[in-house]
Amino acid sequence: MDKKGREKILEMRKLSISFISANATVNAIRGVDLDLYKGETLAIVGESGSGKSVTMKAAMGILDKNAVINDGTILFTYNRKENEKETVDLIKLSKKEMRKNINGKRIAMIFQDPMTSLDPTMSVGKQIMEGMIWHYGTPQKEAFEKALDLLKEVGIDDPEKRIKQYPHQLSGGMRQRVVIAIALACDPELLICDEPTTALDVTIQAKIIELIQRIQRERGISVIYITHDLGIVAKVADYVNVMYAGKIVEKGTVDEIYFDPRHPYTWGLLSAMPDLDTDDSRLYTIPGSPPSLRNEIKGDAFAPRNIYALKIDERLEPPMFKISETHYAATWLMDERAPRIEMPAELKSRIARMLKESE
Amino acid sequence: MTEERTPLLEVKGLKQYFKINRTYTCKAVDGVDFVLYPGETYGLVGESGSGKSTIGRSVIRLYDPTDGQINFDGMNISGKLKKRENERLRTEMQMIFQDPMACLNPRKKVEDIVAQGLDIHHLYSSRAERKEKVADILVKVGLAPEHAERYPHQFSGGQRQRVGIARALVMNPKLIIADECISALDVSIQAQVVNLMKDIQKETGTAYLFIAHDLSMVKYISERIGVLHMGHLVETGTTNEIFANPVHPYTQSLLSAIPVPNPRTEKYRLTQSYDCRKAGIDYNAGTQHHLGGTHYVLCTDEELSKWTKA
Repeated sequence: MDKKGREKILEMRKLSISFISANATVNAIRGVDLDLYKGETLAIVGESGSGKSVTMKAAMGILDKNAVINDGTILFTYNRKENEKETVDLIKLSKKEMRKNINGKRIAMIFQDPMTSLDPTMSVGKQIMEGMIWHYGTPQKEAFEKALDLLKEVGIDDPEKRIKQYPHQLSGGMRQRVVIAIALACDPELLICDEPTTALDVTIQAKIIELIQRIQRERGISVIYITHDLGIVAKVADYVNVMYAGKIVEKGTVDEIYFDPRHPYTWGLLSAMPDLDTDDSRLYTIPGSPPSLRNEIKGDAFAPRNIYALKIDERLEPPMFKISETHYAATWLMDERAPRIEMPAELKSRIARMLKESE
Repeated sequence: MTEERTPLLEVKGLKQYFKINRTYTCKAVDGVDFVLYPGETYGLVGESGSGKSTIGRSVIRLYDPTDGQINFDGMNISGKLKKRENERLRTEMQMIFQDPMACLNPRKKVEDIVAQGLDIHHLYSSRAERKEKVADILVKVGLAPEHAERYPHQFSGGQRQRVGIARALVMNPKLIIADECISALDVSIQAQVVNLMKDIQKETGTAYLFIAHDLSMVKYISERIGVLHMGHLVETGTTNEIFANPVHPYTQSLLSAIPVPNPRTEKYRLTQSYDCRKAGIDYNAGTQHHLGGTHYVLCTDEELSKWTKA
């Protein structure tokens, strides 16, 4: 599958995670395969509770205490030194090794709410410098200079003044910029953005996303976006993975997902997206609600909400059907014995309109 | 026809200042006028810090307005009120808040949360009637009567927001102020809540003052929109007028910031940024200019000719 010139950075195979509490076991992740190549952007979309954040927290080794990794591997390739590649299985690393070599240094993460991810008792500059000093032993002065540069890079005016300020003195958008600066401080190779703009309003959201895009272009790092906003995905992603109930149900390039979706859940997600051009008075919603992951799921997890569900969906879980080199979907509708079912007419006309617009 | 209707809510020259210290006063809302007719939805949009929530809170009398007048149903509600008037207001005007977990008392059952207003205003004659009223309202917002026995933490985010709506609806209000009531929810659940609010409006004829920063959702629910920036209403009009022909550069930047779910065009689209100081726009110098229909924009004469020409 490896194409020429594309270096694989992250490879997840059959990842399965459960959360154990006093009265129940929740199978949050039920076998996730995921690939990420150098310099590319992957977006993971799904409803809340579909397991998108848990998957990435596993890669960072910051799962909650009651989480158990049942199975799977997360292979991460990084430059140990100049021109020396090293591949590790992040699951097998101990917490200590993880903290020393991976977290912050090679994989950095940006969280949803900038107020809770910043330390209110530390000045902004100190928080940016902390990682560099800890990981690389950068001298104080050099770290300070670098922190100034980073603040400039993330678009904060007057960095000399801001570097001494505390998080509560900054606005929401500014705080998120600081969080990005902290994430970039140690030159990571992989940046994970967990809903980086949900807590911000639209104008600032657009600016933060353009900032992440610019940084990615300039530094050539790989980015994973976790989001439920398909508008953002359209803007940033090269590849999209659609997640439902702890599984990836469809994956492909952004064009394949938006213009040729195959899974009924993806159809629903795309139809539910508010569109400024349509004039229907009601918004489309996917009927029902996601299944509880406490009980073992038999067959296709999406079947109860799927008006196109086949009989087999109740018994057997669909495998990943290959549509093209990059496009896969887990639905029995793709099987050659399945009846021909087209996507809803409304969605079809919408896609046609989008294609026309882009010409 | 629009001129014939008597407005339910009339806000005239509302100013809300907050004194920070002796030398500095924060002008959160600086002279805002708008009207809201019975049974319609007015959307207030703007970025954080533009004063949209402050307006909502002034209207529901959580703040004492610095200046200006607010009329609700023909009654002046700015300033001190009599006990009777206050009571009437508290049943007829209700609020839905942003974070459903933070605004529901975690130690109370849904039944008691929803019925609290009924308790205070003695709106039932027996326990059975109270129970019935709560059950009715829960069904109306798409929950089951059994949910009355549960606590807020036993619900998902969308369901909790439904409880918040039920609590507002149980008083049969004429006006509901929805302050960012969907921004904390998932996109698919946002759509459910917006649909629910629309259905309820059709059924009960409640008016909404819908406060949000996300224009794409506001478009679905509002008949008219007011765009707010730095405490000034910079542009008002019907949803169509605003979306088809945005005149003020701030409205244009807000519209351009909405991500479009089309990867081919979205990849290369740059959003417009807007800074009123850089653009040299002084809101205090501008006056409301009529652009046709109900479309107004706040600007000076020169600015108007500049914006409309381009």
